[in-house]
Amino acid sequence: MTQLILYNVFNGLIIGAFYALMALGLSLILNLSGVINFAHGGFLAVGAYLAYTLMPHVGFWGALILAPFLTALIGIAVERFLIRRVYGRDPLYSLLLTFGLAFIFEDGTRYIYGPQTLPFSVPDWLNRPLSSQYFFLTGYRLFMVLLVIAVVIGLFLILSRTRLGMRIRAGTGDLETVSVLGVNVRILRNLNFGLGIYLAGLAGVLAAGMLGLQPTIGTSLIMPSFVAIIIGGLGSLPGTLLGGILIGVASGITGVFLPSASEAVIYVMMALVLLIRPQGLLGEEGRVQ
Amino acid sequence: MKALYNKRTGDILVWLLLLTMPYWIRWVGGYTSLGTRVLVLGLAAMSLNFLLGFTGVLSFGHAAYFGLGAYGAGMTIKYLVPSTPVGILVGVLVGTVAAGVVGALIVRLRGVYFAMVTIAFGQVFYFIAFRWNAVTGGDDGLSGWKRLPINLGFHTVDILNNDKAFYFLVLACFAVSVGIMAALLRSPFGRTLLAIRENERRARFLGIPIERHIWLSWLISCLFVSLSGALYALLNNFSDPHNLHWSQSGDFVIMAVLGGMRSFWGPLIGAAIFVILQDYLSSLTDNWQSFIGLFFVLVVLFFPRGVLGIIKRKVTQ
Repeated sequence: MTQLILYNVFNGLIIGAFYALMALGLSLILNLSGVINFAHGGFLAVGAYLAYTLMPHVGFWGALILAPFLTALIGIAVERFLIRRVYGRDPLYSLLLTFGLAFIFEDGTRYIYGPQTLPFSVPDWLNRPLSSQYFFLTGYRLFMVLLVIAVVIGLFLILSRTRLGMRIRAGTGDLETVSVLGVNVRILRNLNFGLGIYLAGLAGVLAAGMLGLQPTIGTSLIMPSFVAIIIGGLGSLPGTLLGGILIGVASGITGVFLPSASEAVIYVMMALVLLIRPQGLLGEEGRVQ
Repeated sequence: MKALYNKRTGDILVWLLLLTMPYWIRWVGGYTSLGTRVLVLGLAAMSLNFLLGFTGVLSFGHAAYFGLGAYGAGMTIKYLVPSTPVGILVGVLVGTVAAGVVGALIVRLRGVYFAMVTIAFGQVFYFIAFRWNAVTGGDDGLSGWKRLPINLGFHTVDILNNDKAFYFLVLACFAVSVGIMAALLRSPFGRTLLAIRENERRARFLGIPIERHIWLSWLISCLFVSLSGALYALLNNFSDPHNLHWSQSGDFVIMAVLGGMRSFWGPLIGAAIFVILQDYLSSLTDNWQSFIGLFFVLVVLFFPRGVLGIIKRKVTQ
């Protein structure tokens, strides 16, 4: 029983790490540009399939480094030519636009690679269980968790230490002032979008190594990422991180006792948070309106 | 052109077209149940627009209540009472009650956050339908039931085998719902909703209880969406988990925008265009989803005012 619970908690932690990666990217874009990127799951799928295409040529490690970058470049192009046009308009339009893009990404990957699940193999030595008692603790899973931790630390370092990061944070607070102070807001938003998409692409490669490749790989991850943002607190990146891990672990634990409710439980959590603390766990009051 | 846009002429034209639809739709290459689908989804889009266009609140989760209406009707007819009107009633009730509870949790949120929370809440019902295999049929949907003839006492209307009879039942429900919504929008309550849309802060200073008004508008909107969901399930003799999915919500929003969300009849026109396009594309190619996605992008970039919005601008210029 202990082993089962541990297994599910650990599984939940991994799923939570995915949610957090996705939600952090979504949150970055939402905070600075006011756009809910429905196509985020689509970008995740693009990252995964790019890695699949690149792997025969550059190997697993090469794909892990290259694919997220290429995804970010696609993201930057999409922002430059499409998303930019709806800034400042009713949020309705950015939702519809990214919604359409999500359809195109999902159907496009299905068209190119087919609807079946494709295998994505990670190096053998990573796939071996680390201990015979805790069979679920493979090197790859541990590696994933460590990598996500490293990336998240890196992200927070970028935001707090680099000029770009400081401008992103300042723009989240008051974009107009930042613009008046001489920062090119168009480029800032563009790079910020790319940064968010980079995280989605990375999540895509990692997810592919664990689950294999499917065109719907991103669609199933996007809703929990919304929930993570709402639970964590709108406008707060640490909150988003916390929210992602919380719901991952919660759905893992629920999976032990009531498997059929493992998806619904996160929405119950969201309802409770909205009831008790509408601005989210770490959100500031007043941002919701 | 100006005469065509005259409000009364427009209303009469719409009703005349709807009343005679089963008799002319064949001539333009359609079929009766396609017309019924336009009408049902048009009702859903118009109900959404009550909230979206006339209260200025962006919901991206209306599919949840559409789907609850569909499952409420289907499950009632399959398991409880084999009667079409009871099915419709239960469907509407289930959807509205759920909307009332969810609405109370979210009325404080605005704009993009409101949209996000409505989407996320919508998924709860999707997962329930998806997971509760034994009762809802899970991924395959709820089948094994049919809409039943309506017994009026003196006469039995066979809506199952007679497409036209079913069309007119749907049209009757449509007329009542649309009539109620139009009357509400003309009433002081409706005017208050417009005031909230135009300037929420000012409305609040005038002493209007904003949250209560938004909650009521949300509830009314979801009530008629559940009704259209119930009718949709009856039309297909099937409740589909896709009815609950967020992509269905997106379809409703695009219908409202495409037709023109500042005008009363806009969403119906949007629904007609969308349904016909989808019908045509899915018969043409397997990749119709990509084309629908492309269509979304094009509408947002080049057609944000919708059909009636553009006509209105042309006329007033």
